[in-house]
Amino acid sequence: MNLDSKIPSGPLEGKWEKHKFDMKLVNPANRRKYDVIVVGSGLAGSSAAATLGGLGYNVKCFCFQDSPRRAHSIAAQGGINAAKNYQGDGDSVRRLFYDTIKGGDFRAREANVHRLAEVSRNIIDQCVAQGVPFARDYGGLLDNRSFGGAQVSRTFYARGQTGQQLLLGAYSALNREINRGSVKMYPRTEMLELVMVDGKARGIVVRNLVTGEISSHAAHAVILATGGYGNVFFLSTNAKGCNVTATWRAHKKGAGFANPCYTQIHPTCIPVSGDYQSKLTLMSESLRNDGRVWVPKNKGDTRPAHQIPEEERDYYLERKYPSFGNLAPRDIASRSAKEACDAGLGVGPGGLGVYLDFADSIKRVGEDGIKKKYGNLFHMYQKITAENPYKTPMRIYPAVHYTMGGLWVDYNLMSNIPGLFVLGEANFSDHGANRLGASALMQGLADGYFVIPYTLPNYFAGEKFDKVTAENAAFKEAENEVRSRTKAFLSIKGSRTVDSFHRELGKIMWDKCGMERDKAGLEEALVKIPKLRDEFWQSVKVLGDGESLNQSLEKAGRVADFLEFGELMCRDALHREESCGGHFRTEHQTEDGEAKRNDEQFCYVGVWEHKGMGQKSAVHKEPLVFENVKLATRSYK
Amino acid sequence: MDLTLHVWRQKNSKDAGKMETIEAKGISENASFLEMLDTVNENLQKNGKEPIAFDHDCREGICGSCSLVINGEPHGPEYGTTSCQLHMRSFKSGQNIFIEPWRAKAFPVLKDLVVDRSAFDRIQQAGGFISVNTGSPQDANSIPVPKQDADKAFDAAVCIGCGACVAACKNASPMLFMSAKVSQLSLLPQGKPERERRVLAMVDQMKKEGFGNCTNQYECEAACPKEISVEHIARMNREYFRAALREETPKEGHGGE
Repeated sequence: MNLDSKIPSGPLEGKWEKHKFDMKLVNPANRRKYDVIVVGSGLAGSSAAATLGGLGYNVKCFCFQDSPRRAHSIAAQGGINAAKNYQGDGDSVRRLFYDTIKGGDFRAREANVHRLAEVSRNIIDQCVAQGVPFARDYGGLLDNRSFGGAQVSRTFYARGQTGQQLLLGAYSALNREINRGSVKMYPRTEMLELVMVDGKARGIVVRNLVTGEISSHAAHAVILATGGYGNVFFLSTNAKGCNVTATWRAHKKGAGFANPCYTQIHPTCIPVSGDYQSKLTLMSESLRNDGRVWVPKNKGDTRPAHQIPEEERDYYLERKYPSFGNLAPRDIASRSAKEACDAGLGVGPGGLGVYLDFADSIKRVGEDGIKKKYGNLFHMYQKITAENPYKTPMRIYPAVHYTMGGLWVDYNLMSNIPGLFVLGEANFSDHGANRLGASALMQGLADGYFVIPYTLPNYFAGEKFDKVTAENAAFKEAENEVRSRTKAFLSIKGSRTVDSFHRELGKIMWDKCGMERDKAGLEEALVKIPKLRDEFWQSVKVLGDGESLNQSLEKAGRVADFLEFGELMCRDALHREESCGGHFRTEHQTEDGEAKRNDEQFCYVGVWEHKGMGQKSAVHKEPLVFENVKLATRSYK
Repeated sequence: MDLTLHVWRQKNSKDAGKMETIEAKGISENASFLEMLDTVNENLQKNGKEPIAFDHDCREGICGSCSLVINGEPHGPEYGTTSCQLHMRSFKSGQNIFIEPWRAKAFPVLKDLVVDRSAFDRIQQAGGFISVNTGSPQDANSIPVPKQDADKAFDAAVCIGCGACVAACKNASPMLFMSAKVSQLSLLPQGKPERERRVLAMVDQMKKEGFGNCTNQYECEAACPKEISVEHIARMNREYFRAALREETPKEGHGGE
């Protein structure tokens, strides 16, 4: 597997500028000769489709939702980071770069992260020009707040619904291009195969989710912006439709899957309340600006929160990490919550919860002050739990939220398959082993607005393309694969529903490959998952037909892929004999329970190659080279 | 809790469709309305019956997918709440619950409770944007926006495009939905240059899609899960009159080079 990262030479600060000049261009009159497929319409997909359409390429954009505006980026709450230093509190591109590298526990590429920090500033300018209503202060200028893993205020926000506002901004840019005819939108359409011709990605096969029609679309390049794979756990903060299918199908066609074991467990989610539960709900990290996390000091203390006196409370994040306090990074805050609950100090039903308490802040700024900042989040909490968080502290527990792993890409965001580009959460590149809060929105928009519009033309200008249409044999073959798969699901006529398999897989993943992993557990999962997969293919029950809207059939396809992907995730977690960021192997920890990296052996990106079903995948290594930061033990104390 | 559901079942857009009675037993009052439907669907499938199709995705009240008329009210009985954020504790055991899709000519039913809302997208495509190329716009802080304007624009911008306003309106009018975008962009300095062509184009598209007009009954505001105020409809009307009086906007071609 060719894993040339194509990082430009020269000093870190000048790499992107130099590269932008070195890359080839496509002249405006020639751009309309190139067809581009964008799969996914979240922040990365919409921004890429809109920008490439604006430049003059022929763009087709696909999403499985009924409208591009519903992609799951819409649900991001807290904010977006940018090194604007509007607050004059010591921020800079260099600092955002360093915070991100350190936050990722030194498992990300320096050059990519530096570029991300550079273009972060352009994103805010672009969004404001589109009419995104960011929070402002009374002088009319943009306001900021703090997020985990940073000691500056660099997070721009729109109340607790920043993702919605940014996505609607990108959606409006996309709408403008659809209106101009440069982008054609295909909603309620799911990509089910990647098609390659002569070793290059040349198109996709899709299913129209309303009519069931299977069709082919040819192009000169395919861009996957299909999000993460958190739903392999069944319960996560992801939308119900989020899935691994597009990236997994590409992986099976030869694209390397990088660091699949890096998953982010978000510390502040509403705890699980029963087995009917279909998803978990995030409470934004921004709440930790004003909320204090604590558990009772004494085991079995069942008094209501307000009756527990101050001296019998353990504000464990403030105690363990005095300099970052409640704003310790996500992986650390999550594991600390688990530690407290494992020690029997958890609160609420089942003892799987810790308090996030706003009493002090309400004393300071009043209920109204808190409502202005977090009104929608408090409202949502109350809806779900029937408790009033202005009066009693929120109960929170960690939940699966984001996946740092994804398809391997080079500096140009191209996978090891020529012509296959991967943007946003779907790629692996910028967050290492742990993503900092408010950096997902930044990366999605950076990739779509400010990276792919430069690197894609460079690919086009450097390649010769044979004429390929959807009539090509490779497309017919892929269509047949999709048809026979669909038929297979419908003809098993077993006894178990798709969801029951998904829940069972999720439980295996959460127990054995969740917040903590160990060798024995992972090996057990590697036995259980293939067994479950076999059972799925023998006894899944999918009713209805393939020629109409059939939500069980859609789910069956996605769960079948998760059943294959989950195995790879465990394999990756087993092979990485160290702890780093969100990947915590209990065998590898320091005396005080922090993650213990092994830089000598594991300072690399683990990239998996699919060797065919029934064959063991093989891991390849892209060494991570740190020339600008010193590898250090991450400390937030 | 035990419930008797009366659910709209319709095979496809050509089928006539009918209400079907389904018993839902042993539902937790802490379950969300959609989780109740999940449970019902699991049971239906176990008994060899096709599950009820309904749109949903984020289940956090922000994506705007879910779209159920519950006991005659879009998104059900709780004020300012989407179907997915509605919890069963809002109902009583033994209750009859009627579940129907959005009903509007411009939102044809695709299957059961799933409707086609692409008309909303086409209205946005007609003019719901600011024409700005991706590149190097001026620094974000170079145009201060008074906080009260920014806040008001935000209040409009929270629209999730679910279509409850249309479902609630006897005229099936999308004016609350449209006005949210028109209002947001006309309040911000960045949106001013295109304010006239924007409102004219969007209203024009609304008519083509077969939606009705607003006759000031405010059912939309009462049904809106994001509590968007009808004052935005008033602002849109002002924008429309202003634009219509000054109409010299060329009809063809948005946002030239």
